[in-house]
Amino acid sequence: MQINFTPLGRKVKKTNFSHWAFLAPCLVVLVLSAGWPLLRTIYFSFTDATLDNLKETNFIGADNFISLVRDQDWWQAVLNTFVIAFVSVPMETVLGMVIALILHRNFRGRGLMRAIVLIPWTIPTIVSARMWAWMLNDVYGIVNELLLRASVIDSPIPWIASSSLSIVSIILVDVWKTTPYMALLLLAGLQSLPQDCFEAADVDGIPFGKSFARIILPLMKPTIIVAVIFRTLDAIRIFDLVYILSSGNSANATMSVYARKHLVDYTDVGFGSAAATALLFFIAFLSVFYVSFNRKKLYDVG
Amino acid sequence: MWKYKKLIKNCVFYTLCLLVAVCCLFPFYWAIVSSLLDSAHLFSTELWPSKITLANYRHVFGDATFGSSFLNSVVVALLTTLLTLTVCLLAAYPLARHKFPGRKRVLMTALSVTTLPYVAVLSGMFELIRILDIYNEKAALVLSYMIITAPFTLWVMTNFMNSIPKEIEEAAIIDGASKYVILTKVFFPLLKPAVVTTGLLAFIAAWNEFLFALTFTLTNQARTVPVSLALFTGATQHELPWGLIMAASVIVTLPLVVLVVIFQRRIISGLTAGSVKG
Repeated sequence: MQINFTPLGRKVKKTNFSHWAFLAPCLVVLVLSAGWPLLRTIYFSFTDATLDNLKETNFIGADNFISLVRDQDWWQAVLNTFVIAFVSVPMETVLGMVIALILHRNFRGRGLMRAIVLIPWTIPTIVSARMWAWMLNDVYGIVNELLLRASVIDSPIPWIASSSLSIVSIILVDVWKTTPYMALLLLAGLQSLPQDCFEAADVDGIPFGKSFARIILPLMKPTIIVAVIFRTLDAIRIFDLVYILSSGNSANATMSVYARKHLVDYTDVGFGSAAATALLFFIAFLSVFYVSFNRKKLYDVG
Repeated sequence: MWKYKKLIKNCVFYTLCLLVAVCCLFPFYWAIVSSLLDSAHLFSTELWPSKITLANYRHVFGDATFGSSFLNSVVVALLTTLLTLTVCLLAAYPLARHKFPGRKRVLMTALSVTTLPYVAVLSGMFELIRILDIYNEKAALVLSYMIITAPFTLWVMTNFMNSIPKEIEEAAIIDGASKYVILTKVFFPLLKPAVVTTGLLAFIAAWNEFLFALTFTLTNQARTVPVSLALFTGATQHELPWGLIMAASVIVTLPLVVLVVIFQRRIISGLTAGSVKG
């Protein structure tokens, strides 16, 4: 029985092990799916493990990391990852804000609009990648066709085939796919603001631009920061889209794609794990910001 | 004058709405159009197709590999959802309703797991799957998907459960209900909306997952739909059977689109409760 107060209102301290009985299955699942594999990956990154030989591995110190730092392709992957993250996240934030403001307004068809906006987020990433690869196809794609018809371009653009443009395509599809999610996060923030601010501004006849800059933006700042950090962490581990749209071209690989390629395709588990661990390090570094920012919110839970 | 201003404002607003809707829907619309064309008309780029055929769909449904991957996807996604909900419902109960040492640490750990790069567990998971001898089996996928679904579900579920008034629980305690009874008879009915929300999100995440499915399956019989879709290749880039790929894409996506249209409110509340409003 778990009543925390005596009739006098004093707290009774009791160690209760049944809490942990309820938690146990979930903790086991988390340890098996996350904790243990993560530790093993970090361990493997200091060994010469291969896919066929995970048992009798030799400890080789930081050799994997040294060759990682010396690999030109790795730094290209790091650069690609950050370009994708730091270009697409700001675009998503701006577009997401526009959509959030639309959805925040009370108008006929709002429910329908919400469902429509949610659709790009729902479509499996692989399907999105395939759909866009088809639309951006240099010979038969509808995008080139429409641009040609509108005489914006003179000759078809090789969106996917050219390695410098394929990163543009990756960013484009990522923005298309993730903006809805951003919009919903920002919408939730908008809805948690005191609504009388909006009404007061409306009654006073303040133009929208001004009320946005002076009222909405300052109030939304915490939400925007958290959403941006959250999305940036997500963008840095991007895999699916790049795997499909870069069609194996290592010039466009991201850190996740690079790590998996070495780990699985080249069966070099030690080196691949080192790359994955390096990615983990980047994420952990950025997470510190996120967690310290979210801590305030966390205390609301308890 | 004032009326005109309002009219113009509305026009701008609805144009913006239309623009957003077109941007969101056009790629999917185009996939449907392409899937309905035969290979001779596939490259016509007519916005409204004049002659449609279901040949691509017949072909995709007749394909044994696609059929088995579709079934795999359904089974894996359902099992993942079920397991996630079970363990997270149990765990969310003490986390939401009681204060005890280590509680915050568990929540923070779950939060940080949501930001992990999944490629960082790949080699460790590979070893674990070998040890458990489940490589190329559904169990391997369900186990690895837990890293995606469990922390998120735990977090959202804890928030939902937190919002149930304490009085309800206290009344049950006074009536002599055990913890198990409280969870199953009192909380569970109240938590139905939360279960639907998190269940849907877990299902969608498992349905769409690609990295683990690509790495931990080897044969056509074990693959899920995203993987077979990704590995669907012709001899060269230009010989890809685009009509078939688009038909398969539409088939894979339609169930999700239906779910989203029906449950959009629930999904949105879950998505946002998971992160920012935390």
